[in-house]
Amino acid sequence: MDSSVSSRADVVIVGAGHGGAQCAIALRQNGFTGTVTIVGREPEFPYERPPLSKDYFAREKAFERLHIRPPAFWAEKNIDFVLSTQVEAVDPLTRQLSLSDGRSLGYGKLVWATGGDPRRLSCAGADLTGVHAVRTRADCDTLMAEIDAGKRDIVVIGGGYIGLEAAAVLSKLGLNVTLLEALPRVLARVAGEELSGFYQQAHRDHGVDLRLNARVECLEGENGQVTAVRLEDGEHIPAEAVIVGIGIVPAVEPLILAGATGGNGVDVDAFCRTSLPDIYAIGDCAAFACDFAGGQVMRVESVQNANDMATCVAKAICGDAKPYKAFPWFWSNQYDLKLQTAGINVGFDETVVRGTPADSAFSVVYLKDRRVVAIDCVNSVKDYVQGRKLVENGIRPDIAKLADVGTPLKELVST
Amino acid sequence: MPNLIVVNRAGDETNIDAREGISVMEAIRDNGFDELLALCGGCCSCATCHVFVDEAWVGVVGAASGDEDDLLDSSDHRGERSRLSCQIMMTAALDGLRVAIAPED
Ligand SMILES: Cc1cc2nc3c(=O)[nH]c(=O)nc-3n(C[C@H](O)[C@H](O)[C@H](O)COP(=O)(O)OP(=O)(O)OC[C@H]3O[C@@H](n4cnc5c(N)ncnc54)[C@H](O)[C@@H]3O)c2cc1C
Ligand code: FES
Repeated sequence: MDSSVSSRADVVIVGAGHGGAQCAIALRQNGFTGTVTIVGREPEFPYERPPLSKDYFAREKAFERLHIRPPAFWAEKNIDFVLSTQVEAVDPLTRQLSLSDGRSLGYGKLVWATGGDPRRLSCAGADLTGVHAVRTRADCDTLMAEIDAGKRDIVVIGGGYIGLEAAAVLSKLGLNVTLLEALPRVLARVAGEELSGFYQQAHRDHGVDLRLNARVECLEGENGQVTAVRLEDGEHIPAEAVIVGIGIVPAVEPLILAGATGGNGVDVDAFCRTSLPDIYAIGDCAAFACDFAGGQVMRVESVQNANDMATCVAKAICGDAKPYKAFPWFWSNQYDLKLQTAGINVGFDETVVRGTPADSAFSVVYLKDRRVVAIDCVNSVKDYVQGRKLVENGIRPDIAKLADVGTPLKELVST
Repeated sequence: MPNLIVVNRAGDETNIDAREGISVMEAIRDNGFDELLALCGGCCSCATCHVFVDEAWVGVVGAASGDEDDLLDSSDHRGERSRLSCQIMMTAALDGLRVAIAPED
């Protein structure tokens, strides 16, 4: 740790990602004049993660353009950084953190914004060289260097958004891409069947060898380098590189060991407070009762959620505590398909498709007890903008009109 | 480098250098303004980079169209001169452009 950094800060933020950065920005915007220190495990100042499977990965954007704020901004706002350093333990009684460089750092308030670590395969071969996650710039750079070195046979394990986006970039580069999904459809955790079916077709049309119900038995290698993926049915798929996109494990161990309640992430109340005094948690690692999912306790992995929880906590620290109720939205870009989603579809019991998926412009509206709870829009920005209002207001629309693309969604807002 | 004049929410005007080839959103963000969230990083998915283009420049910059136009409708502050700043690329022709950051939605 840089010796110029003091051993205590009024607010310590753990994690220099989307949530951590926004929390510091919002503290200053709301007039906080105390000391703020951000401890981050990665070497970089906060940067945007979504491009790692999109335009940064496709080399359409240089890394500098991903910075959430230019490095000079942080100094100007008096935000201290301790980078390449991990918080290993939290002592909530003495309010001290133990850092990976052996030092300790005291806090007045602690904001835990650590995101998660990519879930690893549990099968044999998971540690071979050439097996990658896509969570950090370093992950992405290592993978890109292998592609530059001439690797052409790439297997992507996991049909979630990150796996699908990576597959889209790689297939556009002309590489041989196989995508393996263990479940009967891609995006099974986050989307309805209509959207899954659409993206499956889109990837196949772009030449991706997409396999469903594909269960990985193990990874095979030679001299420590991955060479193939073997499926449970015995099939052997050549692989010079493997991308594993099977979700994250929230990085909350130090907090849980310190006594915070949690299981899947760390539990927070409506004000983003953990069960430990003066310790908040935000972003991917925080489990909260989500109003937009009927009060279900869940973690939401999105830039929107990290950002808005961060602002909520910054305001609370500045004396303006309000419950976290920000509207959830998300996006994903694959090929020339622009997906925008509003709301959370947890527990939906009906879907209505507007438009024709074959035209690559359509929306899927999710309803629960006849109320609109979420909408996924592919190349349909109008539906996204107007559909948000249906979700926000919990509208129970006329289903025939909802299914008619000729009827703008805004006409249904007052039904 | 082309010059960009940014008016923040308080009405203060600042002159900044904006590299050609980056968007007006990036130029604003890189110059220390903290009012633009620009959450989607410039891929025309969020509308949190909303600005008003100065009257005199509307003709040069052009109006929003297509997806940008539709997305702007999500803002309660949308006006005639509204643009998403991530969709305006800085060029020499925009030297002296003046934009005001729109109120937060
Ligand atoms: C490839 C990719 C594409 C994505 N695309 C989209 C998208 O299109 N749209 C969208 O809305 N969201 C997308 N996301 C999700 C979005 O990036 C996350 O939801 C967001 O980054 C969460 O912010 P966070 O602050 O909670 O965590 P992060 O941004 O992950 O930041 C957490 C930081 O904390 C660090 N850390 C962890 N433990 C410690 C510790 N003990 N001590 C110190 N530091 C620690 C981590 O190394 C990391 O740098 C994408 C994510 C990825 C990886
Ligand atoms: S930054 Fe998201 S639309 Fe401009």
